[in-house]
Amino acid sequence: MAMTMTQKILADHAGLESVAPGDLIEARLDYVMGNDVTTPPAVKIFKELGVKDVFDKEKVLLIQDHFTPNKDIKSAELNKTMRCFAREQGITHYYELGRREMGIEHVILPDNGIVFPGDLVIGADSHTCTYGALGAFSTGVGSTDLACAMARGITWFKVPDAIKINLKGMFKKYVTGKDLILSIIGKIGVDGALYKSLEFDGEGIKALSMDGRLTVCNMAIECGAKNGIFPVDNYTLKYISRTNPERFIKSGYKVYAADENAEYSSVLDIDLNDIDLTVALPHLPSNTRKASDCRDLKIDQVVIGSCTNGRLEDIGAAATILKGLKVHKDVRCIVIPGSQRVYRQALENGWLADLDDAGCVISTPTCGPCLGGHMGVLAKGERCVSTTNRNFVGRMGDPGSEVILSGVPVAAASAVLGRVGTPDEL
Amino acid sequence: MKVSGRVFKYGDNIDTDVIIPARYLTSADPGHLREHCMEDIDISFKDRVKPGDIMVAGRNFGCGSSREHAPVAIKASGISLVIASDFARIFYRNSINVGLPILECPEAIDKINDGDEIEADFDTGVITDKTTGESFESKPFPEFIKNIMASGGLVGFTESELKN
Repeated sequence: MAMTMTQKILADHAGLESVAPGDLIEARLDYVMGNDVTTPPAVKIFKELGVKDVFDKEKVLLIQDHFTPNKDIKSAELNKTMRCFAREQGITHYYELGRREMGIEHVILPDNGIVFPGDLVIGADSHTCTYGALGAFSTGVGSTDLACAMARGITWFKVPDAIKINLKGMFKKYVTGKDLILSIIGKIGVDGALYKSLEFDGEGIKALSMDGRLTVCNMAIECGAKNGIFPVDNYTLKYISRTNPERFIKSGYKVYAADENAEYSSVLDIDLNDIDLTVALPHLPSNTRKASDCRDLKIDQVVIGSCTNGRLEDIGAAATILKGLKVHKDVRCIVIPGSQRVYRQALENGWLADLDDAGCVISTPTCGPCLGGHMGVLAKGERCVSTTNRNFVGRMGDPGSEVILSGVPVAAASAVLGRVGTPDEL
Repeated sequence: MKVSGRVFKYGDNIDTDVIIPARYLTSADPGHLREHCMEDIDISFKDRVKPGDIMVAGRNFGCGSSREHAPVAIKASGISLVIASDFARIFYRNSINVGLPILECPEAIDKINDGDEIEADFDTGVITDKTTGESFESKPFPEFIKNIMASGGLVGFTESELKN
């Protein structure tokens, strides 16, 4: 039977010739990931199970990023629980703050060369779907699933149906993967791909850099998708040859491609030339508008960063736009490089100096304000343009505050203008 | 098994940030989570909810984060069942794993009112609105979920698998 890319990865990891949508399978996991919010409850469950060791200390990835550096005593306790567990278990991929490998989970797993094409990854974080950009299957789960998967290295899946998204054309100036995924969510709604895969294809994928593809797959969850996935092409191969030359040379990965006659529940054709600089107004990521139609919306804060837009290309785009300009007097602009590697490279490129000169504050890598944790929480009545992924009620602070989602160019321009705006206005 | 209680009704796309805001995720203790459940959209929920009450909502219930704290907070509030048109997939999975009963029943959502007294039978999937007298048939649990439920949730299921 013809299969989608996702179905092929699932079938292979379940030891089956083929699978069909709706099949329930048990599959072998290549990596199992948890963060400082979801791992501590999983550690408790893991201990209740009476299991001594994780299934593979190389394959359980424990990343502290949500409330780090510890924002209060309770979060320090969460991190301590995780740290003790990681040390007890001898977890390979556990890093302390400030180390070169450290950062936001979905920035470092691809960038540190851990995830490769064809891998099957679950993570106790909804944005685990990010790694589909590399041609891997990855999806989010909760703490109980994390605990059981750390014990067995296996979990169950319902095989998803897929929506195919055919891309053609090229982006207009300043338009990025963020505008593309916001447009898709705006079109199909926050439940438009519920339980399904989003499979990207078409010559238009060449318009997306690896950082852009990671942004697109990162937000697949915001339309309810189980995963987002891109075919593996020369960009992917070049990327993985850089992130982990050793595994690349050994050909320690598998490239899957959808069958030509694979069935999709629907097909969406998108010409990238038609995508505008896009924002999502409060309080749903599907509440999209052209950024240029929202110029009357004044703002108090801008956040540039997160697992969605905290990669090197994003920090570079912000620095390029803000160089020689000043952040508006009524705006705080918080820039959060997504990892220590991104931070260091941005430093060496002179970008952090440009951002500092513009009047931005530069933060240590953290999820921080994205989920209203710390490092930029909003008061009642405040409004923020943010390159993060969710604008739900109370997401960044007080339930009476507002988050407008955008890509980096709109966020950087808005920081200067003191309202929603676009770089061509600068 | 049957449950019955008073309905707390909400709309579409109830996300995990309003079910339990991230600012309270520094503890996973159910007693702590219960104190803040639904507070950003219904500040009085925690004071009005009684053990056995039932939550009814529209489409895509539980969208957003993978935080298992969300179904734990609802369960700890005393809610015996959530009925929605459909559920976001991670929330669906987490609810089963932590033992929060959920039923999908799109046709019941518009007809059940906030404050109605309703009853649901998990074996037959029948939901009865005792206030209006109307009955609805919901999708029964698939077989594999019944197996996890029979083991007392995913932890029990995994324990038995590990023994094998």
